[in-house]
Amino acid sequence: MIRTLSLARLRRAVRLGVKSLWLHRLRSLLTVLGIVFGVCSVIAMLAIGEGASFEAQERIKSLGSQNIILRSVKPPEEQKVSDKGSQSIVLQYGLTYKDVKAIRATIPGVTVVLPSRNIREYAWNISRRVDCEVVGTVPWYPEMRNHRVAEGRFFTDLDMDSQTSVCVLGAEMVPGLFPMDSPLGKHVRVGANYYQVIGIMEPRGAEPQSGETAATDKPIAQRMFIPLETARMRYGEVLMRRRAGAFEAERVQLHEATVKVASLEEVLGVAEAVKTILERNHKRKDYAIDVPLEMLKQAEHTKRIFNIVLGSIAAISLLVGGIGIMNIMLASVTERTREIGIRRALGARRRDIITQFLVETVLLAGAGGVIGVLLGVSIPYIVTQTAGMKTIITLWSPVLAFSISALVGVVFGIYPALRAAQMDPVEALRHE
Amino acid sequence: MGPVTVAALRGVTFGIEAGDYLSIMGPSGCGKSTLLNLLGCLDRPTAGRYWLGGDDVSQMNDDELSSVRGARLGFVFQSYNLIQQLTVLENIEIPLYYQDRPEDESRAIARRLAARVGLEDRLEHKPFELSGGQQQRVAIARALVNDPLVILADEPTGNLDSTSGAEILKLFDELNAQGKTLILVTHDTSVSQHARRAIRLRDGQIESDVRSESAPRL
Repeated sequence: MIRTLSLARLRRAVRLGVKSLWLHRLRSLLTVLGIVFGVCSVIAMLAIGEGASFEAQERIKSLGSQNIILRSVKPPEEQKVSDKGSQSIVLQYGLTYKDVKAIRATIPGVTVVLPSRNIREYAWNISRRVDCEVVGTVPWYPEMRNHRVAEGRFFTDLDMDSQTSVCVLGAEMVPGLFPMDSPLGKHVRVGANYYQVIGIMEPRGAEPQSGETAATDKPIAQRMFIPLETARMRYGEVLMRRRAGAFEAERVQLHEATVKVASLEEVLGVAEAVKTILERNHKRKDYAIDVPLEMLKQAEHTKRIFNIVLGSIAAISLLVGGIGIMNIMLASVTERTREIGIRRALGARRRDIITQFLVETVLLAGAGGVIGVLLGVSIPYIVTQTAGMKTIITLWSPVLAFSISALVGVVFGIYPALRAAQMDPVEALRHE
Repeated sequence: MGPVTVAALRGVTFGIEAGDYLSIMGPSGCGKSTLLNLLGCLDRPTAGRYWLGGDDVSQMNDDELSSVRGARLGFVFQSYNLIQQLTVLENIEIPLYYQDRPEDESRAIARRLAARVGLEDRLEHKPFELSGGQQQRVAIARALVNDPLVILADEPTGNLDSTSGAEILKLFDELNAQGKTLILVTHDTSVSQHARRAIRLRDGQIESDVRSESAPRL
């Protein structure tokens, strides 16, 4: 007597379900709203979160995951002293050439050390002015920091040795200084010195930094690169800075140094070793160590937490949506008691009644899922268009959201369907 | 169920031959409905046997009973019991739906039977658009659609005016003349006169079982 549910029969059950849902259009629509919003918000939030974390990770990766970045930081207690207006004290802090030498000499697994001096200055092209960071660095900077030259060339060892006055502009500087024509071959004035532009870097934006560095000096997107030796010659080691009516002088040998580690596995160990060397050489904490790999791991960790939170919200909203569907289906079963009785009398088995109501619930939840997916896919698109935020819709998120909503339909449809099937045909036929 | 078990029927034994036209009569509370539910396989007897076309129906489980109802029985109710959101044609098709018959085949059968009961121009109407007599004719077409062994009719004319009632009874007479077995439950003697055999129930027992040898009025 047991017949399997044939495909044709299922198709008819689906058609019957669609018909009966269509009969109560408004009710069906309101019923699935919970599922729609649940699915839609999950997809949209995931896409926005994914986009944001992708951008963050890309920026961290652009620092080079094999790199360890050391920065000079003005020690907080010194800052207080200088703020009190003691004008003639020359502050001395930061990384030194000695540090770089010690790192290169004592730590195995370190390939290159890339030192740089960063000086905050105005760059001029006749009357145009851009606030920028003049970065005195070495010729292998582009390769080590994955920051490529877009046009022209970077400076070479020859430029370093002969301390030539050349510069490479960051892409962010170009619109401010040379809005009309190509800056290649032109000159840029910084202070009293002119530098010939020999290249333009690809755009990159401000570099991400770990919390401790970012607090003291805001990173800036506009950068201009000159040979380290040139910078040393031009600026010496004492920097004068005007500040709120008082002059302030600092002696900083190196503002930044990048240590490249041979392999990814060694990065964290080398970072420890670097820390030990710097701790030994510096009495105060006047430096900061950024490890992009660690930042990347942190970013991944943050993303994981975000996903867990999102998952819980999704689960709760789908649960609420499912309960809403179950509620309406229970009401529908009661309302259609007579119909159930008639169908039972005319040969429907319990199984057929279960199928009928289950198909209806799954259709309802599935339709909610589809509407939710459509909305959820279009919202990130709108956000990208209007707010300019990067959003990424991963393939699995609509698939997962839809299958969960269909599953919700099955789970919350079973009880009403069983209730319908358990009815005594005689009682059901008598029901008014 | 209340705390007191009531035996609605006790010691009722009778047989019905194929092609017979039987009426079951009695005052309310005599066990008519219970007997009809048992005959219609909607209920199972607590004791006793019910043989239908050679099968012991009283021993069947719920699924088997459903199949028997779907394949061998036709029901006509006092209140028509059509599904309101379905059309005439779809209502007639329901028993075939649960028999897994191909769609176009069941559609053809339903069409033919709708024509048989004179509703060929009402196929796409909903039940509420039809008169009581028309609705009952839809119900009869539905009862015929699976070519049943027995048609059970429970007060089929109870909700109808005398003209429509007469039409329905005429339809029954025709069906019986074509060889259909009919069981008619009623408390109306004018209705039961159409039957060839009348069983009277009282207090759950058969009071009389009379066969009138006159041919049904056609």
